[in-house]
Amino acid sequence: MEEMPADQLDATFAALADPTRRAILARLAKGEASVVELAEPFTMSQPAISKHLKVLERAGLISQGRDAQRRPRRLEARPLRDATEWLGTYRRFWAENFQRLDGLLDELKQGEAK
Amino acid sequence: MTSSQTNSDNLRVTTPNEREVAMTRVFDAPRHQVFDAFTKPELLKRWFYGPDGGSLDVCEIDLRVGGAYRYVWGTPGGEQMTARGVFREIVPPELIVNTESFEESWYPGEALITVRLVEAGGTTTLTTTARYESQEARDTALRSGMEHGVRAGYDRLARILATLEAS
Repeated sequence: MEEMPADQLDATFAALADPTRRAILARLAKGEASVVELAEPFTMSQPAISKHLKVLERAGLISQGRDAQRRPRRLEARPLRDATEWLGTYRRFWAENFQRLDGLLDELKQGEAK
Repeated sequence: MTSSQTNSDNLRVTTPNEREVAMTRVFDAPRHQVFDAFTKPELLKRWFYGPDGGSLDVCEIDLRVGGAYRYVWGTPGGEQMTARGVFREIVPPELIVNTESFEESWYPGEALITVRLVEAGGTTTLTTTARYESQEARDTALRSGMEHGVRAGYDRLARILATLEAS
């Protein structure tokens, strides 16, 4: 399993750290939608919604469809799924621990070799 | 959860049955050094603290059968986690068996942790098994892990994922 790079993970979490963006993702989980459709539940201007969409796109969480007029946004599940896997914290916790232990063991070996 | 596994580097994590999580990891060091690294507080503090930025602030170990241990970690987010347990078996340098429970109750009940070390030609294979009281306890431990209190963002992510899955 490939590790998710740290900056991708940070972008994902930053993107998710906003209730409007989370609501947008929840709406897109039900199917693709245009900016107009996405803006509809919020008392927010379309440009404001578009700013949120840009953040989500940069994080790789949504993509734009080809329809030049409507430009529907759709949810990209992989970064979220990767983040979930990364959140397989049990494994991650131990992988980091053991990497540090490798370093410590090198030191101990050198110490005993003297 | 049947026999699922994830691999990374030379760390293998499996769920051999419904109550257990097992890990295998190879270390390029003799067994007695790996055993020391698992049982001496001054060495444990150097590696046993989860994500970078965490720390093992308290490490008390009474290394004998019936002896107790206590670990208190600080997390990068500034929170504390405390684990306690009792040693059931100790056979240096090859076996440690102890109970484990967290003050914060990341998972219900108590777990039984077994650490086995096998050496061949200067490298040591660690096999560790954590056995939980139930499948639910095991699954909870896997999901919440040790980073539960690390960053609020992770909690938000989990809530979002639950929302997305439900929709």
